[in-house]
Amino acid sequence: MKNEFFSGIKGVFPILIGVLPFGMIFGVLALGAGIPKGAAQAMSAVVFAGSSQIVMTQLIGGGAPGLVIVLTVAIVNLRHALYSASLAPYVRGLKPAWKWLLAYLLTDEAYVVSILHYEEPYSASPPSGNTERDLTAVEGSLPASHDFRHWYFFGAALALWTTWQLSTAVGIFLGAIIPSSWSLDFTLALTFIALVVPALKNRADLAAALSAGLIAVAAYAWPYKLGLMTAAFVGIFVGMLVESKT
Amino acid sequence: MSLWLTMIFAGMVTYAIRLSFILLIGIREPPDLVRRALRYVPPAVLTAIVFQELFVSNSGLNISLGNPRLLAGLVAIFVAWRTKNALLTIVVGMIALWGFQAFLWG
Repeated sequence: MKNEFFSGIKGVFPILIGVLPFGMIFGVLALGAGIPKGAAQAMSAVVFAGSSQIVMTQLIGGGAPGLVIVLTVAIVNLRHALYSASLAPYVRGLKPAWKWLLAYLLTDEAYVVSILHYEEPYSASPPSGNTERDLTAVEGSLPASHDFRHWYFFGAALALWTTWQLSTAVGIFLGAIIPSSWSLDFTLALTFIALVVPALKNRADLAAALSAGLIAVAAYAWPYKLGLMTAAFVGIFVGMLVESKT
Repeated sequence: MSLWLTMIFAGMVTYAIRLSFILLIGIREPPDLVRRALRYVPPAVLTAIVFQELFVSNSGLNISLGNPRLLAGLVAIFVAWRTKNALLTIVVGMIALWGFQAFLWG
């Protein structure tokens, strides 16, 4: 249990180096958009989704109506529904309190680090097993009693949450001394590259990634980040297509 | 809508999205097709975000060797592929961006 928790922190640690400057940039942009310091800090705890927080500051700065802002945040964060679905089979044996806690902490980074850990071979029977016995083991009277991998998820996600809150605070209070010419916002792309490239394990993964990337670029001008969602669905479809042909 | 109310609604919507399937699939086992589709979520979603960051800037689409983000991104992808080391990828990618910017923008 403790081992899994600390392995989770260790697993996400390199990613934190990329998240730190990104949180600072959010703090700087929020103040620039006229958001009070307290509200900017609260946003990192209440919304806790980096790219959508940046979009929010742009919309608030531009005086967009509240309803438009909420809907845009919903669409930018819609990909988390896919993460939620992907993790769901692994956490279904957990108590409701765990599910609500882990869902609150579910971010791009925590998701990728945790799903890679869940997909590794593990001594306890994985929930993706095909036999009836595996399923009853997860649902039985001692739900997943030997499976502590949610502690890995929790460790990684909590380390990320803490880093995001602290880096927001640093951005708010030291923001003025971070020049935009440093291009620290690029750490978002670098963090995602560090997450996704090692996870491309076969031709189907590669096909899913490249097709989604191309659609995302072709549809970059679509409003409300809809190009991103379209790209995701095309990528998933192409991945499954290539998988079925190999 | 006040700033705080907007923020709270945005937070609730985001939380609801994150909870969605974690709560739903707790009740029913997902079909095999869904399970297969979900495997492609990370490569598809993350690459889509990365490509937009590399190819699109404030001034629009930039697919050329004069785009320092694209060049630095390619360096980072190479480092990530060869080393699988996240820290090295981020550090080398950032230094590459500064290098290309200094070179291209003088």
